[in-house]
Amino acid sequence: MFTARCIAYPDDMTALPPQFDRWFTQRGWSPHPHQIAMVARAATPAHMLIAPTGGGKTMAGFLPTLVELGAAPDPGLHTLYISPLKALAADMRRNLTTPIDELGLAIRVEDRSGDTTQTRKKAQRADPPHILLTTPESLALLLSYEDAPRMFAGLKRVVVDELHALAESKRGDQFMLCLSRLQAMCPGLRRVGLSATVEDPPALARFLAPHPTHCEIVEADPGPDPDIAMLTTDTPPPWSGGGGRYAIREVLDQVARHKTTLIFHNTRAQAEIFFQELWMSNDGALPIGIHHGSLALEQRKKVEAAMVAGQLRAVVCTGSLDLGLDWGDVDLVIQVGAPKNVKRLVQRIGRANHRYNAPSKALILPANRWEVIECHAAIEAVLAHDLDGDPRGPGPRDVLCQHILITACAAPFDADALYTEVKTAGPYADLTRADFDACLDFVATGGYALRAYDRWQRLMQRADGTWQLRDPRLAQQVRMNVGTIIDSDKLKVRMKGRSGASGGKPLGEVEESFAASLVPGDTFLMGGKIVRFETLREMEVQVSSDRGRKPKLAVFSGTKFSTSTQLSTRILDLLHRTPLPDLPQHTLDWIALQREVSQLPRAGRILVESFAHEERPHTCIYGFAGKNAQQTLGLMVTRRMEEMGLGPLGFVATDYATLIWSIAHLDNPTQALDATGLRDGLEGWLAENALMKRSFKGAATIAGLITRNLPGKRSTGRQATFSADILYDTLRKYDPDHLLLSITRVEAMRGLIGFGRIDEMLTRTGGLIDHVHPGRVTPFAAPLFLEVGKVPVDGAGQETLMRAEADRLMIEAGLT
Amino acid sequence: MKGYEFIFTGVKLTLLPSGALWWPEVRLLCVSDLHLGKSERMARQGGAILPPYETRDTLHKLERDIEATGARTIVCLGDSFDDLEASENLPEDEALWLTRLMAGRRWVWIEGNHDPGPIEFAGTHLAELLQPPLHFRHIARVGASGEITGHFHPKAQLHFKGRTVSRRCMLFDGDRVIMPSYGTYTGGLRTDNSVLSRLMRQEAIAVLLGDPPQPIPMPR
Repeated sequence: MFTARCIAYPDDMTALPPQFDRWFTQRGWSPHPHQIAMVARAATPAHMLIAPTGGGKTMAGFLPTLVELGAAPDPGLHTLYISPLKALAADMRRNLTTPIDELGLAIRVEDRSGDTTQTRKKAQRADPPHILLTTPESLALLLSYEDAPRMFAGLKRVVVDELHALAESKRGDQFMLCLSRLQAMCPGLRRVGLSATVEDPPALARFLAPHPTHCEIVEADPGPDPDIAMLTTDTPPPWSGGGGRYAIREVLDQVARHKTTLIFHNTRAQAEIFFQELWMSNDGALPIGIHHGSLALEQRKKVEAAMVAGQLRAVVCTGSLDLGLDWGDVDLVIQVGAPKNVKRLVQRIGRANHRYNAPSKALILPANRWEVIECHAAIEAVLAHDLDGDPRGPGPRDVLCQHILITACAAPFDADALYTEVKTAGPYADLTRADFDACLDFVATGGYALRAYDRWQRLMQRADGTWQLRDPRLAQQVRMNVGTIIDSDKLKVRMKGRSGASGGKPLGEVEESFAASLVPGDTFLMGGKIVRFETLREMEVQVSSDRGRKPKLAVFSGTKFSTSTQLSTRILDLLHRTPLPDLPQHTLDWIALQREVSQLPRAGRILVESFAHEERPHTCIYGFAGKNAQQTLGLMVTRRMEEMGLGPLGFVATDYATLIWSIAHLDNPTQALDATGLRDGLEGWLAENALMKRSFKGAATIAGLITRNLPGKRSTGRQATFSADILYDTLRKYDPDHLLLSITRVEAMRGLIGFGRIDEMLTRTGGLIDHVHPGRVTPFAAPLFLEVGKVPVDGAGQETLMRAEADRLMIEAGLT
Repeated sequence: MKGYEFIFTGVKLTLLPSGALWWPEVRLLCVSDLHLGKSERMARQGGAILPPYETRDTLHKLERDIEATGARTIVCLGDSFDDLEASENLPEDEALWLTRLMAGRRWVWIEGNHDPGPIEFAGTHLAELLQPPLHFRHIARVGASGEITGHFHPKAQLHFKGRTVSRRCMLFDGDRVIMPSYGTYTGGLRTDNSVLSRLMRQEAIAVLLGDPPQPIPMPR
């Protein structure tokens, strides 16, 4: 557990040069103790600041740079600022210009991202500014050029913003590899991390620092506890579902009572639906906007600008607003739906009231009955400063493969030296030489058991033993594929122009698979509007406005979170507390009835209920493993039931439980939930699962086996390209031990498959099962009957359904 | 293994689940667009280094179809090799395997755009083959009839119960058959592409590969 501490830094009050002191005084400010503490630690090789939003984090990061550069700095790059958000780099340049001008410093600040012009980029490489603001991907690209050592010569500091967010993804792993490169070029380089509150600061410090160097941690005063509560409503929440539409009235009421409200949702689809309903009930015509990652950039910028200008009373949003500059005077955050993860909740709450030392105000709206319990548990965790988070595990090898390729693009490299260098990156500190060599072999030859390409290797060894690109033209292709963000293929959505021409207003984007399922006339929500699908033309979805009141579909990409392990544990504990905590009466009654009719699930056992509903046998398994893992569990257990001849028909999963219905009762759940069997399943038939293929595609793209689809470079269905699924199937058949399959198996432990959580459940319970026969549908199982997303299980499965549809079409067309 | 039987220009033909076309009357088996040696060609040209197993996978499939049907004549409808050099660079064991399959059978190589010219392997090399009433050629000709062609790698999509399945398919109408690609590393051109829509008559049928193959009205 991470306990918040208020730290004073008495010995640090040395630091600032007089002109800076004067500047602070003139502005009527005094530097925060943690800002001074950062200046005092500026000479250490690695240090990190943990501070809540509004704590002057960025100033703390830059102050030492400004002090060191002073009034008349020498030319050359001094500080590199890295932010996961492109927009942040540009905003930061504007924000830095003010103090630099007012302090009269001759410091050049420039930003660089995918949006920077080619001319500008070239100029930056030839004559770098003192401070360069950029993204991890742009840095990786810069390192792929031969002139990288010259450009970065003399670099003194790297400031990493939003380190906590970077550390959660492969972008962070890649960035740390890039830092190991940079460090080799600039041995005196100092690393500075800026992070929001996290559960395990030492782990984050190890991630940042060059291994095994120590990283100092400065923790700012976290400020007062937030003012956080559940949003209570006249009507109790529904039994199932998400979205919180039952509370539109109460939410509008809160918006009216505050200056500016952020209304966070867990998914984009829910944000769209909620936004639409808000407007239908918005009798006071309060100006409310919507912001999420699928909306067109223009749309998002408009909302952001309106927000900064104070023109909006509320924004309905998703994780797209988790990071970024403070904008607007937000005085309330409403989280709709259980937050699933305490750390993210704390960070979201921090978006309210960006004045340091003022409590943030937040309301949580449970979307259904289970979430009442989860929200209560989450609020307790926030107030106890008990944050959650899954340890990341060792640095992924697909990212390392890409790093090796990028390194080769810049110059020939020595394998021993590169291995030593890679091991200084926190996430790769424990990398074995064998694993490194396997990655190098993959990059050089494809790493196949069949040594087919000795003539056509991508990397070849020179006489002096160093490795270089066989064909220097490959560098161009590598640069086009730099990065670890794997977007599923998306299509732009545009209003249909007049006379059917394209060029109408861009609205945003949808996943290609969603677009493929659309039939002309289908309606869906986009940016708060109901639109009607017209045609798919030139890889663009063309739509028109629709006056209907109810969209037919609302499917979006966007991350689906599972309730974290720690929060699940808190829920289980809460159920067994006497007396029960202060929950709404309807929820207390519901829990009491469950205890009477069946049992309350316990942390150390898996509760399995068997009962009949409408004469159909049902099995409810309470694993509390999170939605993704409970879904995988559903796939695995129904598969085993099929083998046992029980005729499973379908299942549905939530964060807490999986409900299965079948022809015959599952009399022996121990057999179906047997750990060895489940683990074998992961290796065996689960490998055929579409999610595994998606993981493979991601790894294969990052590692450089397949190139990503570049926007605008794709035509409708060329016959020359074939799907990554074919490569996956071929490897499984002929080369089952291949590196990419091994990486895919590691990926299956987390994310959408989440087998790691099933493992955790089996370990936590030791496979112990409480099997009860309550003789009726139980109160805890009842909501699952209402849940959407039921997965049918049919022996012949897809083929049967497909045949039925094919026959129907033939008859309809008169072709039989 | 259950195929899809249909009558074309008065001839009884069967599309096998693998994508091969079987003409029982003359014991002729036709496969199109094998693209053997594709991974080698890509690696040679500095592209991706794909798993080098697609040639054996394709040959394995072909061997099974030949055994199951007892075919006496094999027609490879063009683009049998990903390029002419790929046919020369085929690893020894795979080249031997192919030679063994050819032994004792009439084997016709139709030229494709990827392999326009004689290749190293024995057999008959032709621009097109006329075996009345059918005409075998690589690319369909507008206005022709009775032709069996390949080249386009057609694939079709079927939507049902919120799912979408996309499969390789054979297209046919009264005039022509467009065969699915047979090679393991081959993609597909969607049937709603205007090139295919223009070639095929309104009443054309797409037969989705699978066991058994599944006919649907050609999606446009």
